[in-house]
Amino acid sequence: MRLAFSLLGIVVATLLTVAMLFTPGWVRPPIISTQTGYRGTGQEQLISAQNKRILEAANALPAPIDPASPSGERATSAYKNVKVLTDLSTDEFNRLMVAITQWVSPDQGCAYCHTDDLADDGIYTKIVARRMIAMTRDINKEWTSHVGDVGVTCYTCHRGQPVPKNVWYENPGARHAGGMAAHNYGFGHPSTSNGTTALPVDPFTPHLLGDDNIRVVGKTALPTTRGASIQQTEQSYSLMMHMSQALGVNCTFCHNSRAFLDWSQSAPQRTAAWNGLQMMREVNAVYLETLKSLYPANRLGPLGDSPKANCGTCHQGVSKPLYGQSMLQDFPELGGKAAR
Amino acid sequence: MAYYQNIFTQVQVRADAPHPGVPVPGMKRTSWATFSHLLGRIGNAQIGPIYLGYLGTLSLVFGFIAFEIIGLNMWASVNWDPVQFVRQLPWLALEPPKPQYGIKIFPPLSEGGWWLFAGFFLTSSVLLWWWRMYRRARALGLGTHTAWAFLSAIWLYLVLGFIRPLLMGSWSEAVPFGIFPHLDWTAAFSIRYGNLFYNPFHMLSIVFLYGSALLFAMHGATILAVGRFGGEREIEQIIDRGTASERAALFWRWTMGFNATMESIHRWAWWFAVLCPLSGGIGILLTGTVVDNWYLWGVLHGIAPEYPHVFAPVVDPALTTGGAP
Repeated sequence: MRLAFSLLGIVVATLLTVAMLFTPGWVRPPIISTQTGYRGTGQEQLISAQNKRILEAANALPAPIDPASPSGERATSAYKNVKVLTDLSTDEFNRLMVAITQWVSPDQGCAYCHTDDLADDGIYTKIVARRMIAMTRDINKEWTSHVGDVGVTCYTCHRGQPVPKNVWYENPGARHAGGMAAHNYGFGHPSTSNGTTALPVDPFTPHLLGDDNIRVVGKTALPTTRGASIQQTEQSYSLMMHMSQALGVNCTFCHNSRAFLDWSQSAPQRTAAWNGLQMMREVNAVYLETLKSLYPANRLGPLGDSPKANCGTCHQGVSKPLYGQSMLQDFPELGGKAAR
Repeated sequence: MAYYQNIFTQVQVRADAPHPGVPVPGMKRTSWATFSHLLGRIGNAQIGPIYLGYLGTLSLVFGFIAFEIIGLNMWASVNWDPVQFVRQLPWLALEPPKPQYGIKIFPPLSEGGWWLFAGFFLTSSVLLWWWRMYRRARALGLGTHTAWAFLSAIWLYLVLGFIRPLLMGSWSEAVPFGIFPHLDWTAAFSIRYGNLFYNPFHMLSIVFLYGSALLFAMHGATILAVGRFGGEREIEQIIDRGTASERAALFWRWTMGFNATMESIHRWAWWFAVLCPLSGGIGILLTGTVVDNWYLWGVLHGIAPEYPHVFAPVVDPALTTGGAP
C-alpha cells in the first residue's frame, strides 16, 4: 500500500512537471533587466535575450530603394487621377509606388490596387491606399508629438502584408447565452486585447475610437465627488494591458506604480504615450472607420465595422516601432520633416 | 517494527469499530462512521460521525444554490459550450450590477440580478454555517473561539460585498464572482483608490497575515521538534525540568530571549489570525467612503517618501493641449 502510494505520487509529480515544462508561456533565461527610474521604485524593463533576438530580427528594415529627384516632370502631368501625391515628381511618385508594393503587397504586386488603366479607381484597395497615404502624411506632419522625427511609413504597420497583423474590430465578446443569463459586459474572457486577463475584451471602442475618460484614480486624498467606478477602472486597466503588451514593456515604462496618476513621478514616455492615444482616436475616427462602406464583407468585423488601429499596429512588441529606425528620411515623399 | 512512542506518530491507531464520541445529553446521535487509511495519513483515520442538523443542511442547500447560480451563469457566458467552460473557467465571471443601478435590489437578472441572488444565497449559507459552528462548539461544552475567528473572515467578506457597497450607494463597487475576475478586481480597486499599500489598515492586515504564517511555522516547528520528548503532553510537563516543554521554552529564550507559553502561543496565533481580516476589513471599509486616494492621503500624513527625480520634468499634456484625458 505504502509503496503503491509512493509510486503513484512519483508518477503524478512527474506528469505535472512535464506538463508544466511544455506549457506555453515560459520565458527562457537569461532575462535582461534595465533600470530606468530611481532605485527602489521598480522602474525597470525586462526582456529575455531570446525574445530580444527574435524582435530584432523581425524589426530589421527592408532593402532600401535608390532616391529619386524631386525635380523634373510632375506626377500630376504624367498620370491622371492623382489626388494626394500632387506635390511629387514623376520619379518620386514611381519610386513610392515601387516601395508601397514592396511594403504592402509584395506577393500580389501592382494588381492588388490597380487595373490595366492605372487611373481607374475600380478596386477598393486603391481608394483605401490613397486614404492611407494621406493618413501617413498627416501623422508625419501633425503628430510629431508622438512619432517625432522618426515618423511612419506604410511599412511601419504593413510589414509586407496587405492587412497589418495587428488590427482591431469592435468586439461584442464571445457568443453567450441570451435571455436572462448574465452577460457581464464583456468581462471574464481571456483575449489578446486584454492581455489574457478577465478584464473587458474591448478596451478599444470606448478609448481608441471614442474618447472615454481613461483617468480613473481618485484625484484628492478625501472623496469630493463620485469618481470613476470599478468597472470603468477595469476598462482603463484593460487598455493599459494592451499598451503594455503592444510595446513589450511593463507599467513602469511610463508610470511610477506607487502613484499611477502622478505626472511629476512619471517617465517622459508617458507624454508620448498620451499623445499616441490622442493620435489613435483621430486616426481611427477620421481615417479608418470612415472607410467602412468601401470594404468587402470579409474585411469587416463581427459588427460590420472596418479594421482599426491600436498601439500594436505600429509598435508590434517594441517600445519604438522598428526599434526607432527611421525610414522617413529615405522617403521624403511621405511627408514629415524632410518634406517640410 | 514501529512502536507506539508518542501521539505524534505516523502509525495509524485504529479501534475495531469507529468511536461515536463523547455522550452529549439531549441529542440524537448519527452513528455512521468509517475508517480511511489515506486520510489517516494527514489526519484522523476515522471519518464521521457527521452532525449536519437543520443549520448544516440549510447551509449546504443555500451554498449549492449560490454555486449553481454562479456556475450556470459562467457556463451561459460561453454559450453552454462545455469545452470553453473548462478552458476559460479561471477567467469566467459573474459581475455585479453596473453603477447606474446603484443599490437597487432587483436590477435585471442579466445585468447583475444574478450576482445579487448568488450573493444572498452565499451569505446566507456562510452565516448558517457560522451559527452551526457556534452551536456545535456549545453542544460539546467547548469555548466558541472557532466561531468568532470565522466571524472575522465573514466580516471581511461582508465589508467587500455588502457593507461597503451599501455605504458607497452602488453594488458596482462590490467584488465579482470568479477566480481571475476577483483578483483583477482587487488590482483595479487598489489602483482606483490610489494604492492600498498606503492604507494603514491594509498595512496592519499584511502584518497579521505574514505574522500568522511566521507564528504558525514557529509553533508547528517547535512542537514537532519536541515531539521526541513527548512535547504534545505539554500541560502535564509544564512544571517539570528537562521536559519537552522546558526545552521548547529554553530554545526560544536562547534564540530570541523570550518565549511564549504553551498557553499564550495559542492566543498569539488566534489574535494574529483574527486581526488579519478584521483590520483588512476596516481598511476596505474606509476606502472610497472616507478616503479616495490612499497615496495622496499618505503624502498628507507624511508616510509617502519623496524620491529624487531622475527624469526630465513631466507635465500632464492634457493641461496644455486640451485633449480628452
